[in-house]
Amino acid sequence: MSVRTLPLLFLNLGGEMLYILDQRLRAQNIPGDKARKVLNDIISTMFNRKFMEELFKPQELYSKKALRTVYDRLAHASIMRLNQASMDKLYDLMTMAFKYQVLLCPRPKDVLLVTFNHLDAIKGFIQDSPTILHQVDETFQQLTEIYGGLSAGEFQLIRQTLLIFFQDLHIRVSIFLKDKVQNSNGRFVLPVSGPLPWGTKVPGLVRTFNNKGEEVRKVEFKHGGSYVAAPKEGSFELYGDRVLKLGTNMYSVNRPMETHMSGASENLAAQTQESIAPNPLAKEELNLLARLIGGMEIKKPSGPEPGFRLNLFTTDEEEEQAALTRPEELFYEVINIQATQDQQTNEELARIMGEFEILDQPRRSASKGDDLLAMMDEL
Amino acid sequence: MFRRERSIPLRGSAAALCNNLSVLQLPVRNLTHFGVVHGPSAQLLSAAPEGVPLAQRQLQAKEGAGVSPPLITQVHWCVLPFRVLLVLTSHRGIQMYESDGSVMVYWHALDAGDASLVQAVFARGIAASGHFICVGMWSGRVLVFDIPAKGPNIVLSEELAGHQTPITDIATEPAQGQLDCKPLENRDCVADMVTADDSGLLCVWQSGPEFKLLTRIPGFGVPCPSVQLWQGTVAAGYGNGQVRLYEASTGTLHVQIDAHARAICALDLAPELLSAAEDTFVHIWQLSRSPEGGYIEVEHCHGECVPDTQVCGARFCDPSGSSFAVTGYDLAEILRFSSM
Repeated sequence: MSVRTLPLLFLNLGGEMLYILDQRLRAQNIPGDKARKVLNDIISTMFNRKFMEELFKPQELYSKKALRTVYDRLAHASIMRLNQASMDKLYDLMTMAFKYQVLLCPRPKDVLLVTFNHLDAIKGFIQDSPTILHQVDETFQQLTEIYGGLSAGEFQLIRQTLLIFFQDLHIRVSIFLKDKVQNSNGRFVLPVSGPLPWGTKVPGLVRTFNNKGEEVRKVEFKHGGSYVAAPKEGSFELYGDRVLKLGTNMYSVNRPMETHMSGASENLAAQTQESIAPNPLAKEELNLLARLIGGMEIKKPSGPEPGFRLNLFTTDEEEEQAALTRPEELFYEVINIQATQDQQTNEELARIMGEFEILDQPRRSASKGDDLLAMMDEL
Repeated sequence: MFRRERSIPLRGSAAALCNNLSVLQLPVRNLTHFGVVHGPSAQLLSAAPEGVPLAQRQLQAKEGAGVSPPLITQVHWCVLPFRVLLVLTSHRGIQMYESDGSVMVYWHALDAGDASLVQAVFARGIAASGHFICVGMWSGRVLVFDIPAKGPNIVLSEELAGHQTPITDIATEPAQGQLDCKPLENRDCVADMVTADDSGLLCVWQSGPEFKLLTRIPGFGVPCPSVQLWQGTVAAGYGNGQVRLYEASTGTLHVQIDAHARAICALDLAPELLSAAEDTFVHIWQLSRSPEGGYIEVEHCHGECVPDTQVCGARFCDPSGSSFAVTGYDLAEILRFSSM
C-alpha cells in the first residue's frame, strides 16, 4: 500500500524493543555499565546513517518474516544474547504494543506523534553519548522532512498499511490485560469516551442550511459515547509536549511481561496462507534485506568484554517450556536462504556476515559458504 | 430499534479499508451476496434470509511484479441494465468477474506511468452508471468502461479528469431511481454520479457517451472516504467524523452532522442514510424534504455500538432499510442487524 510505512514501523517497533530490554536488564540485575553498553550499541546501530538511508527509501513493507530477521540482528548488535524463545517473546510484545498504538491513534497523523514519543524516550537512554544523540536528532529531521508535509489522506493510507500488517495478531499481553486495554479474547478495547482527535467536533449535532447558506435548524441527537474535545494539538517539533501518551514507556521495573499463547491466533487458514508464500518473492525480499542489514554497521566487540544472556522469562525453565509449547501457527519462520540460487545475493550476504561475529557459539570449520548459510538459518 | 441477528462467519478477517462490504440483494432468489476484502484475497459468500451461509468463494488479486502479494482495495457488485458484474480493484489493476465470481471477464493492468516513486499505485472506487462501470485511480483519474450486454468485450471508453488526489469512492444514482423518475424539465443537468477523493473534493457528473462535470464541491482538509447519491442528494462522510448532505446539481450544503468521533468508513443510502465509522458506531438517519422550502432534513433514528470493533464496512441488506450488515477490522464475521 503506502511506500512510506517502513520507517515508522521500524522505529516504533525498535522503540518498544528498547523499553522491554531496558526493563529486563534492570529486572535481571545486569550491571549498570553493561546494560548501558547494550542499549547504546543497539541504538547506535538502529540510527546508523547508512542504515537510515536504506530504511527511508520509498518501498513496500517487508513480510513479518523479513522484519523479524532485522530485529534478530539488531538485538544481537551488542554483547547480549537472546535464546529463540526469548526473542520470540520480545517480538510478540513489540508487535502487540505497536498494533495497540496504531489502532488507538485518534487521527492517522498521530502515528507520527507516537514515533516522536519513542524517539524522545530513546534520547533519554543515551543522554551521555552526544554522537548517538546527534544521530537520533538527524533521524528526527528526516521524519519531519518526509512526513511533516503529508496529507491526511496519505496518513490514512499509512495507517491502513500498518493495520494490514498487524491483521489477525491477537496475542494476549499481561500488562494490557491488567490495564484493561485488551480483552481476554485478545482484542483491544476501543473506548467510546475521552478526548476526540484534533479537528473532530463532539458528535451530537445536526445543522440544516438554506440555499443562501444560513443555518435554519439545529438539532441534537444522542450519539452513544461520552467524548470531550481535544485540549490541544500535540507538538511535531524536535522538543515539545506530544499530548498523546501512546508510545511512551509503559514498562516500569516491576510490571508483568507475560504473554499468553493459547487461543492467541485465529483464522489459521489465513495465517498459513502467508507462511507458504512463494519463494520467488522471498528472493527479491532477500535483496532488500541484504541492503538493509548491510547498512547496519555492527561493531565488532572491542576488548575482552564477556557477553551475557538475557532472559525474557522469569526463569530458565520457563524459557525452555515456552520454546516447547509455542503454537505452530505462531512460529516466526526466518527467511529460507537456501531457496535462492542467486550468486550475487549470496555474495552480498557473505560480505555482511563477514562483518558479524557471534560470540559464544562454536562454528564448524566447513567451507565459508556453507558456514554462512548455516549461520543465517540459525537465526 | 434493531436487534443483533446471527453473524455470518468469514474465512478471513476484514482488512482495515473503507467501504469494505459490498452487498448484492437478490430478492427474487431469496438470496443476499456479501463481498469482503481480507487483504490479498477477497471473499464472496451468499446467504439465505436468516443469515445461513450457503456458498462461498475466494478471489485473489492478480499477481504482478513486486515484493509482496498485491493487496485488494475494494470489491463491489455493479448492477447494469442487462447483467451484474463483480469488480475487484487492487494495487495491480482492475479485475471484472461474472456476478458469482466464477469467471474473470476482464483485466485491466494499472499503468504506473507518471507515478513518482513515493506514490502508492492502486485502483479504488467502483460504481455502475447505466451501461458503464467507473473505477477510480490513485492519480485522481476515473476510468469509464463500456460494458456490453453480455460477453467480455469490455472497452475503456473515457478517462475523467477532475481530481488530483487518489479517488476514495464513487457513487451513482441507484438503477431503480432512474427507472422511476419523472421526466425532468432540465434534462441537461441530471447529476447521476459523484466521485470523492483523499483531499475531500467531490465532483458531480452527468453520465453519457461522454461524461460531463457538473459541479465541484471542495474539501476542507480531510479525506472523504465514502460518498452516496440518491434522488439528487449527495451524502458524504469525512475523515473528521462529519456527514454532509449537498444538493447534487448545485453543490449547495444543506445538512452538516457531527456524527462520529473518528473517521467515517462507510455510508449507505436507501432510503434511510446509514453511517459507520472507526469509532465503533453505526448510525441510521431518516431523510425527508421539508414542506416549506423543499430542503433536505435529517433526523437521527438509531445508533448501534459494535463494541471494540473498528468498523470498516456497512450496508443495508434490503431495499426498505430494515436490516443492515457490518464488517470490522480483524473480525472474521459479518455482523447482521434487523429492525424489530
